[in-house]
Amino acid sequence: MTQVLDLAPVSVRWQDVCDYDDLPPEDGVCALVGGEQVALFRTHDGRVHALSNLDPFSGAYVLARGIVGSRGGVPTVASPMYKQVFDLTTGRCLDDPAVRVPVYRVRVSGTRVEVART
Amino acid sequence: MPPTPTKTGHLVVIGHGPAAHRLIEAVRERDTEDYWQITVVGEEPRPAYDRVALTSYLTDGADLGYPAHDDAVRVRTGERVTAIDRAGRTVTTDAGETLGYDTLVLATGSVPFVPPVPGAGTAFVYRTIDDLDALRARAAGRASGVVVGGGLLGLEAARALQGLGLETHIVEMAPWLMARQLDEGGGAMLRRHIEALGLRVHTGVMLDRVEADAVRLAGDTVLPADVVVFSAGIRPRDELARAAGLEVGERGGVVVDDACRTGDPRIYAIGECALVGGQVYGLVGPCLSMAEVVADALFGGAARFAGADTSTQLKLMGVDVASFGDPSADALNVSYTDPVAGTYKRLVVSDDAGTLLGGVLVGDASAYPTLRACVGASLPAAPDRLLFGGTEAVAGAMTEETMVCSCNGVSAGTIRSAIADGGLTDLPTVKACTRAGTGCGSCVPLVKRILDEELTSAGIPVSRALCEHFDHTRAELFDIVRVRGITTFSGLIAECGRGRGCDICKPVVASILASLGTGHILDGERAGLQDTNDQFLANMQKNGTYSVVPRVPGGEITPEKLIVIGEVARDFGLYTKITGGQRIDMFGARVEQLPQIWKRLTEAGFESGHAYGKALRTVKSCVGSTWCRYGVQDSVGLAIRLELRYRGLRAPHKIKSAVSGCARECAEAQSKDFGVIATEKGWNLYVAGNGGMRPRHADLFATDLDTDTLIRYIDRFLMFYIRTADRLQRTASWLESLDGGIEYLRDVIVADRLGICDSLDAAMARHVEDYTDEWRATLEDPERLRRFVSFVNAPGTPDPSIVFEPERDQIKPVIPEVVSR
Ligand code: SRM
Ligand SMILES: Cc1cc2nc3c(=O)[nH]c(=O)nc-3n(C[C@H](O)[C@H](O)[C@H](O)COP(=O)(O)OP(=O)(O)OC[C@H]3O[C@@H](n4cnc5c(N)ncnc54)[C@H](O)[C@@H]3O)c2cc1C
Ligand code: SF4
Ligand code: FES
Repeated sequence: MTQVLDLAPVSVRWQDVCDYDDLPPEDGVCALVGGEQVALFRTHDGRVHALSNLDPFSGAYVLARGIVGSRGGVPTVASPMYKQVFDLTTGRCLDDPAVRVPVYRVRVSGTRVEVART
Repeated sequence: MPPTPTKTGHLVVIGHGPAAHRLIEAVRERDTEDYWQITVVGEEPRPAYDRVALTSYLTDGADLGYPAHDDAVRVRTGERVTAIDRAGRTVTTDAGETLGYDTLVLATGSVPFVPPVPGAGTAFVYRTIDDLDALRARAAGRASGVVVGGGLLGLEAARALQGLGLETHIVEMAPWLMARQLDEGGGAMLRRHIEALGLRVHTGVMLDRVEADAVRLAGDTVLPADVVVFSAGIRPRDELARAAGLEVGERGGVVVDDACRTGDPRIYAIGECALVGGQVYGLVGPCLSMAEVVADALFGGAARFAGADTSTQLKLMGVDVASFGDPSADALNVSYTDPVAGTYKRLVVSDDAGTLLGGVLVGDASAYPTLRACVGASLPAAPDRLLFGGTEAVAGAMTEETMVCSCNGVSAGTIRSAIADGGLTDLPTVKACTRAGTGCGSCVPLVKRILDEELTSAGIPVSRALCEHFDHTRAELFDIVRVRGITTFSGLIAECGRGRGCDICKPVVASILASLGTGHILDGERAGLQDTNDQFLANMQKNGTYSVVPRVPGGEITPEKLIVIGEVARDFGLYTKITGGQRIDMFGARVEQLPQIWKRLTEAGFESGHAYGKALRTVKSCVGSTWCRYGVQDSVGLAIRLELRYRGLRAPHKIKSAVSGCARECAEAQSKDFGVIATEKGWNLYVAGNGGMRPRHADLFATDLDTDTLIRYIDRFLMFYIRTADRLQRTASWLESLDGGIEYLRDVIVADRLGICDSLDAAMARHVEDYTDEWRATLEDPERLRRFVSFVNAPGTPDPSIVFEPERDQIKPVIPEVVSR
């Protein structure tokens, strides 16, 4: 398990979300963080990535249910709706560079996963 | 000023937009000796960002910033250059700084044009991040908006206003939308699409004045408007150049030659502020090309800006729109309108019908990359084939000069020689080496086509690789998995792949593992390989809910079971519909409801109908000899037997079947992957039929079979298909691609020409033996049930974004606003 580098300023409020083991490897789950739907993904290297769960192409909250993989070395998720692929690190859509989904800061603290509230 | 190691030069860039950013990156790439010291002065409070994606900042809060320049580049933000002193070779800024330069580049871009009507001063524009912040602040809590301008950017802005919750009107002076790119028919079709999205469109009208909370049009129409945005064209920012005595165009723009140099040899202008070849370009592609030209010149190169293709393709609010070449040329028109599909296509060809001059596509722009590449060249095929024939119709006819990628100015010749000289064999490398396909991406099918042709003509086998992670075809992977006894995706990718997989290879491997009967599809890492439908054993619908389809073998169902379906649907508030597959679909279930629904269904004796998997769907039946006057065999009985035999069988694509009780064929067996028609003496077997997108009548495989032989042949047919077909290839196209066709298939299945029938039979026997109902197996295992929650940290909470409204006494989903551009 790797600790995600925490560059957040001190004022960030981290919300405890779930156990690290609640994240299936190379798969996603969705969490409610301050009323927002945040998709959490655990990649093969143990890292955790967090994107908005809202698929901008369909308007449905489904990104957590996409297939996790890689494209050219970049960790990705493919929307389960119309299959556009997003970069898990930046939220950018690799199939349509004009589109990006919001990225959330996330860290693993002990055995717990925490997401920064916005 | 070619660099020499002993000297350095100071390069000052005014404006930090996309063009400036590209220029600096291109200089730094070339500048191995650190010849140029670079200072860039940008008036916006932040370094350059991706203006093309501006709207996603508003809709998704996207971070548009480009990667920062390296430390050698001095970036001054929030500072405006106020004057250029050409004699002293300095520029002055509003911070009171004076910077000396050896070479100066103007990259000041443009500003939105605001027409001089009364009240315009209170309106907004749509150009910078600051503009959007102001717009958002203003829109909060307001009700209505008006966008002045129905061009590309105006429509984009209108959609953004709508996304901010405003009732939005678009006012356009020209007689139709996107008048610069589209012709009247295309504009009218686009309008229909846009109005369908709930935007109001007013064309051919003049703006009279902007008032406090309204916009007044000529003729006294008044539109309510709490927010007014002007998007009525751009004006190049040439004021610095003008004051410095450099030549500017009559309608604006810093005049430069084809090396982007102004009348002063030390000063260049690039991007939207430049007037090159008599034209100002408002698209990012040409702006970036100009940046490359100047970077080349700074190292003594002789690159020239050869003009740019202003073809555009965009997915505007989900509507494909494309125009290419000169669609307004006065020549022959070939046009096609389909009001039902909402498509409009028009080609303009020269009077001798020999040359393609331009065209417009609305609603379906799939032919765009090929058509754009053919502009100016002789027509490689009849116009209708060009409009509907895809890349095949065109690729071969491309000359060396044909511009394949207009974003990056890459011709067919450049791509061909890069492939030949570099020995390139795959698409990602071709893209990386030539930059073709790395902009808007619309030319990628053509680039791929050229690559395939080059490889074929060089005698190199064209890659049939599944995706970037595996060099193998699906059939090859199937054999590898089978022969080496691999049971996991990780095992397979370690053995013969690379990377971490994707939405193409993962489901393929999951399907192969499932076909070979290696355990429940949700166990261990298996779950993450599946499409959401397989992961949740249900079909995802447009609002993120799922549909549930229990198996109804042969379409036969008891009244008791019908009642259960009715009760379950009622109790969970689901929408019900009889499907085209002779069974009942229940729609609108949230993930956490699925196990509860299955529990009720399985208790009543139902099982999964595999409506989600690439697997057997249904074996439809007609009522047959039991009831029908004409029936000669029990078609229902056989259909049930076949459906139970092949249920759960995973395949490259879905498999459908039907059994008809006589030659009248009420079950439509000849449109199925395998179909059976009763005869006086037994059964006729048909294979490789298809309904759907490309219907194909099935081929008669064998006649008057007894039931055992029939089943044996079907077993082998299916297993052979599963072993050898490509990903997502149905039996129809599989048979068409099989060398020797149906004769060969008979040879394999009946005469055992390959000596594999024993193995095929054994594989099917194993499938039949191992079958378990996936719903029940999931219910029995708490580990598998864990994923059936909407929120990991709030398992009891239903997804609040899922909303329904009533229609015809049932529910229907309320579709959330699609926020992407
Ligand atoms: C529900 C149903 C329509 C209905 O209300 O009647 C339906 C619904 C879907 N069909 Fe279908 N098809 C349905 C009968 C058909 C039929 C008629 C038939 O089976 O007799 C056909 C034509 C026959 C054929 O397949 O040869 C049909 C040809 C398709 C195709 C085109 C396949 C092709 O080879 O061209 C697709 C797309 C695909 O599979 O790639 C498709 C895909 C779909 C998908 C899976 C699209 C999707 O990804 O969401 C739909 C989702 C099903 C769901 O949510 O439950 N559906 N679809 C029918 C379910 C039948 C069942 O009980 O399982
Ligand atoms: C909403 C939107 C969507 C778009 N979509 C597309 C699209 O889909 N496809 C496409 O091809 N194009 C699109 N464009 C156009 C594209 O953004 C422009 O072509 C591109 O930004 C031009 O780059 P530039 O660097 O020449 O100018 P600009 O991006 O305008 O950058 C110039 C910069 O210079 C600064 N500046 C000006 N004068 C001074 C001064 N005196 N001192 C200091 N700084 C100064 C400005 O503030 C600005 O930051 C879109 C534009 C917008 C606004
Ligand atoms: S034809 Fe099939 S895929 Fe198309 S809308 Fe109807 S059910 Fe969906
Ligand atoms: S044309 Fe846009 S990437 Fe090639």
